[in-house]
Amino acid sequence: MSDAQRAPLEVAIRGIGLLAPGLSSWPVAAAVLRGEAAYAPAAAVLPPPARLPPAERRRAGPSIRLAMAVADEAIGHAAIDPQHLATVFASSGGEGSNCHVLCETLAGADRQISPTRFTNSVHNAPAGYWHIAVGSRSASTSLSAYDGSFTAGLLEAATQVLATGSEVLLVALDVPYPEPLHRLRPLPGAAGTALVLAPPDAAGALARVAIGLVDATRAGPLSPCAEPGLETLRSQVPAAAALPLLEAVARRSIEQAVVLGYLPTLALHAVVRRPG
Amino acid sequence: MTPLPISAYTLTTALGVGREPTLDALRAERSGLAAARFLDVELPTWIGEVAGLATTPLPAALADFDCRNNRLAWLGLQQDGFADAVLAARERWGADRVAVLLGTSTAGLLETELGYRRREPDGALPDDVRYRDRQNTYSVGAFVTRAFDLRGPSWVVSTACSSSAKVFASAARLIAAGLVDAAIVGGVDSLCLTTLYGFNSLELLSPEVCRPWDAQRRGLSIGEGAAFALLERDTTAPQGWLLGVGESNDGFHMSTPHPEGAGAIAAMRAALADATLGPGDIGYINLHGTATPSNDAAEDRAVGSVFGQQTPCSSTKGATGHTLGAAGGVEAAICLLALRDGLLPAGLHVQQPDPALGLNYLHHNQHAPLRAVLSNSFGFGGTNASLILGRAG
Repeated sequence: MSDAQRAPLEVAIRGIGLLAPGLSSWPVAAAVLRGEAAYAPAAAVLPPPARLPPAERRRAGPSIRLAMAVADEAIGHAAIDPQHLATVFASSGGEGSNCHVLCETLAGADRQISPTRFTNSVHNAPAGYWHIAVGSRSASTSLSAYDGSFTAGLLEAATQVLATGSEVLLVALDVPYPEPLHRLRPLPGAAGTALVLAPPDAAGALARVAIGLVDATRAGPLSPCAEPGLETLRSQVPAAAALPLLEAVARRSIEQAVVLGYLPTLALHAVVRRPG
Repeated sequence: MTPLPISAYTLTTALGVGREPTLDALRAERSGLAAARFLDVELPTWIGEVAGLATTPLPAALADFDCRNNRLAWLGLQQDGFADAVLAARERWGADRVAVLLGTSTAGLLETELGYRRREPDGALPDDVRYRDRQNTYSVGAFVTRAFDLRGPSWVVSTACSSSAKVFASAARLIAAGLVDAAIVGGVDSLCLTTLYGFNSLELLSPEVCRPWDAQRRGLSIGEGAAFALLERDTTAPQGWLLGVGESNDGFHMSTPHPEGAGAIAAMRAALADATLGPGDIGYINLHGTATPSNDAAEDRAVGSVFGQQTPCSSTKGATGHTLGAAGGVEAAICLLALRDGLLPAGLHVQQPDPALGLNYLHHNQHAPLRAVLSNSFGFGGTNASLILGRAG
């Protein structure tokens, strides 16, 4: 009996948001993932978050913009009220440009850093802004598992769905570092994925996903994306690790198994089923 | 939730390395805080520093992870038989059935901060700055996983000062879902420039030792700490119980708590509901109690509205400092010591109680049998977590 069979954990996907190089929204991405449209790589455009008041909007750096954009798309897609929606934010490393400016200032003669930059340096800044923007007091977790951050976020969100029987918004996001940190952590571009997850029998599901953990040595190769450009993205940006799973959703396969990366020792086995 | 046994726990802060020195200091109402003398930092503030970290590298096999934060983690793991308990759990359940879920705010950022002072002529960082195994938020999770050769799920929660309280909830969910049978939880956070100068920029650092619940409180004293607990599906000799967890968000402001503590109230009520306990079942509350004027005022109202004003409570941050991402774990461990010994620890450094605050704040230790206690941890981004812990017996 495989580990995946020993501990199946099933959730429904009710809404999707996506923003990545060449993929400006979930419908655009879905067409590329189905092979119906060509992939045209271009840097992701991160819109100023319309939900935030003007002062906060100005202060919102790329990770906050990215998170709000994909979260907004996913809740719109699911037609769900975000005010009572628990959230999980998964990011490999938070806001790289902000970290760089703080380190540069702290290495200088005058170490007086900006209070806004410090406040925004916390890993849970995107979550904090989101909950302010939508006026939500629901629970929120922000986490990292380096390259496995999306999968860790999926595990946290899915176990929350199981524990509470309520929807959870999962937002995975990564933005690149500027130099000199870029050389140490070369993320090629910003990418974000948001999923509204729900109990498996939820109405209006786009797909049902049964997930389980498998030993990396027995999991076989990670599922690739069919499109070579997307495969590059998947392998280089942690928040794009969801693409093979989303490809199965976009293709509306009756049933398709995918293997997603997680930790050096562990992979995620997911069976994506079309509802109905 | 189904109560989860805690089969081992430990903590290391400025107050002491391991449980017994910590308990000695608590019994003596002694503080581990001192005027800051950390690197070349010139800030008029007090800190809670763990001695010896700068001069004690990690074992050679773990050298890739060598940084202040992981050194502190390593020091903490060696105390109170914790490492042996983890090895026993690995043996019992299997390496793939033990999760590692830890909290931190800044991980090994200090070494990158210092590396920025030594950039090459082309701007590059020196070779000893390591991103993945030291700076990255997950580095402490990877480090502890590697140190015990574990193969289970792992991540690091980084929700500022509630981080290492929230991992108790994540672990309970993973165990309930059947994905693992045991989990190492807790948190590690170490002194770095970003937090010292950052809290200074917000004018939240006290120029004297922090004084939670004092009328003249002027802000926090930053500390560092490592705290770990081992949760197991079942165990023969529990050292305490995780009875309930409540999580919420303020949805109000990034760095200021909701003035009425609305999110904090929601977290405490959720924890009570999770534990199926009433306010009267809680014998002691370990407050978040940072000693900023706004935190203590909001928390006083929030706790009062859930529990009334009779439940004995205190902040132990006057003893340990605010250990930020480790605070939830550190204070959970203090609560487990309190439960074991019936010791309700004093809130230190109150010279003049704030007449605007109404809780039953302990100015000196009290002794009373405790069955269940609650610990609050709140943080930037409006994040709130409350843990309810129970006595072993």
